[in-house]
Amino acid sequence: MTMTADAPSHQQRGWYKRNEIAVTPWLFLLPGILFFAVYVILPIFQSFWISFHQWDGLGEKTWVGLANYERLLGGDRKFEVSFWNNIRWLFLYLLAIPMGLFIALFLNQTVRGIRFYKSMFFFPFVISQVVVGLVFSWFYLPNTGLFDQIMGLVGIDIRGGVLGNPNTATYGIIAAGLWPQTAYCMILYLTGLNAVDPEQVEAARLDGAKGHKMLWYVILPQLKPATFIAFVVTIIGALRSFDFIAVMTNGGPFGSTRVLSFYMFEESLSEFGFRMGYGAAIAVVLFFIMLGFIAYFLYSMWRDDKEAR
Amino acid sequence: MRSTLKASLAACLATTMLSAPAAAELSGTLRIISDMSNPAPRAVMEGLASEFDAMHSDLTVELEIVDREAWKTQIRNALSANAPDVVNWYAATRMTPYVDAGLFMDISDLWAEDHFDALASTKGAMTLNGAQWGVPYTYYQWGVYYRKDIFEELGLGEPATWAEEISNCQAILDSGRKCYTIGTKYLWTAGGWFDYINSRTNGYDFHIQLANGEVEWTDPRVRLTFENWAQLINMGAFVDDHQTYSWQEALPFMTDGQATAYLMGNFAVAAMRDGGLDDSKLDFYQFPVINPGVDYAEDAPTDTFHIASGAQNVEAAKEFLRFVTSADVQTRINGGDALGQLPVNSEASVSDDKFIQQGFNMLSNNAGGGIMQFFDRDFPAEMASVGMEGLQEFMVFPDNLDDILARLEDARQRIYQ
Repeated sequence: MTMTADAPSHQQRGWYKRNEIAVTPWLFLLPGILFFAVYVILPIFQSFWISFHQWDGLGEKTWVGLANYERLLGGDRKFEVSFWNNIRWLFLYLLAIPMGLFIALFLNQTVRGIRFYKSMFFFPFVISQVVVGLVFSWFYLPNTGLFDQIMGLVGIDIRGGVLGNPNTATYGIIAAGLWPQTAYCMILYLTGLNAVDPEQVEAARLDGAKGHKMLWYVILPQLKPATFIAFVVTIIGALRSFDFIAVMTNGGPFGSTRVLSFYMFEESLSEFGFRMGYGAAIAVVLFFIMLGFIAYFLYSMWRDDKEAR
Repeated sequence: MRSTLKASLAACLATTMLSAPAAAELSGTLRIISDMSNPAPRAVMEGLASEFDAMHSDLTVELEIVDREAWKTQIRNALSANAPDVVNWYAATRMTPYVDAGLFMDISDLWAEDHFDALASTKGAMTLNGAQWGVPYTYYQWGVYYRKDIFEELGLGEPATWAEEISNCQAILDSGRKCYTIGTKYLWTAGGWFDYINSRTNGYDFHIQLANGEVEWTDPRVRLTFENWAQLINMGAFVDDHQTYSWQEALPFMTDGQATAYLMGNFAVAAMRDGGLDDSKLDFYQFPVINPGVDYAEDAPTDTFHIASGAQNVEAAKEFLRFVTSADVQTRINGGDALGQLPVNSEASVSDDKFIQQGFNMLSNNAGGGIMQFFDRDFPAEMASVGMEGLQEFMVFPDNLDDILARLEDARQRIYQ
């Protein structure tokens, strides 16, 4: 009797009950995985596929093999300009990190109304990038713009205005982009500074450390997680620098401020575009550049994880 | 069985409405997506839709107005998925992608009707592959809008030849002003200058050959066009830093009197009048002759209505196209208080607005060379975008011409294969 009573009760515990611990995490992950697969992974492979075709987005795709890549990497000047602009963005955008750190250190004190000052410094990150771009493009206007008038006082005349001169336009846009990005880095460092161990600071002070030595050997190592995140968001921000360019110069003058993402948009989705294959080829190149950075970030996170264990 | 039932029901309905005209048989829903999003055109379009709706009691007109710039990229999605019945677009080469992809309906049968004889002058611009793909509803002239008061002050007349143009411009420059305002940030304005100088230098046929990719950009005749253009640029005829302005941002130079003229489409008149230039200060002249051996060709872009090939209510859509192109409607929607442009129906009357009248005379009597649709509508999309960028660069750095032409030629060989 005991045998027969036991067996069904064991069977009643269904498949899910038996595998609950193994299955539940996957159930929770399932929606995320599904969306990630459909909206991220799949389109990546679709882009690869489209980049081997000539396609106007409406009719039939024509297989052209590597022709798009040959044209792209074989001396397409628009591509070269865009690529070098991307490099400029990557390097100059990183200035946001030391600037953010400086402002954070400056604001990390207890003064009456410091919260107000902090929020004022954070303000550019809150307003839309489009607004920042517009404000800066007025700031840079030739003759009437404030920047041009200040430069005029110093005796420098930039021909065509900052955004109208192919030699200065990209730098002008990067400067506009640095404003909100610096605010972002500042916030990251401010939270990081809250977590700095006061005992270590005290100990360092007893050992006679102060000024930049204190900063370099005591504070900065403790800010490493904040620096890492600031680095990641800044690099990604630099590679996504689309909004500023679209608002401030629309890629001009004569295409001198294009970056890869903007060029991709122009080729595939803009008014005179709809060369989906070529646009996809640009997207693939951009993807590999990003992949390089992402792989590095993932690797360093993994390494830190291992060290922490 | 069901269809016969439906048909007999429809017949029944039709007979019950005894006095109603034949067109009143239209029923169901007519879906229109329009790009007439600027205030005045929007009012016109909304008026048309509600009027058409009121004319046909069984028909509901659903109108959706999309931003004009956004429509240029949205039209593809709109036509391919859940297509509306009627859409706005542009004439000539600009129709090609949608015609080739089978997204516009062939409406040659509509053009064969007697009613459409009055639209004969625009038939060419609506024809691709030997069939017609839409109907025009308005067009407008391009030309030089100038500050009459300043010309009078300097004792200048409207130039008819290139030599007069240059000497006029020199006089204007000597008075401390610029001859022309222009804003090339969005590139297309430079295309207008190229259209005019090229067609005046080499003629309409050459210009269209160039648009069709049959002539090399490095051809000496193209160089001649740029040499003529460079005469003005090197004089300093154009406002400085024009690459940072949109066409609207370049308007104040004209209204302030810092520049005396603007090569533009007639749509700019409203903005100039808003800027304080009344008819005593603002006037119009046709772009002067450069090469006396070629006839005048004019830019006169045409805006159009099309039926989507996926249209659900084709009969209503066709009736709507007949409606918008009818002489009466054409007269009303192109009037000075509405679109303020030229009617496409030859039986419609032209508004008595000074500029519309001048444009109408110019296009009817003095455009023997031909009618261009505009740089970005005559040239295929990719060539237009590469080309206009080159034109903008030329206007800022005329010395880069060789490099620009080599680049355009490179693009031509790739694009038109």
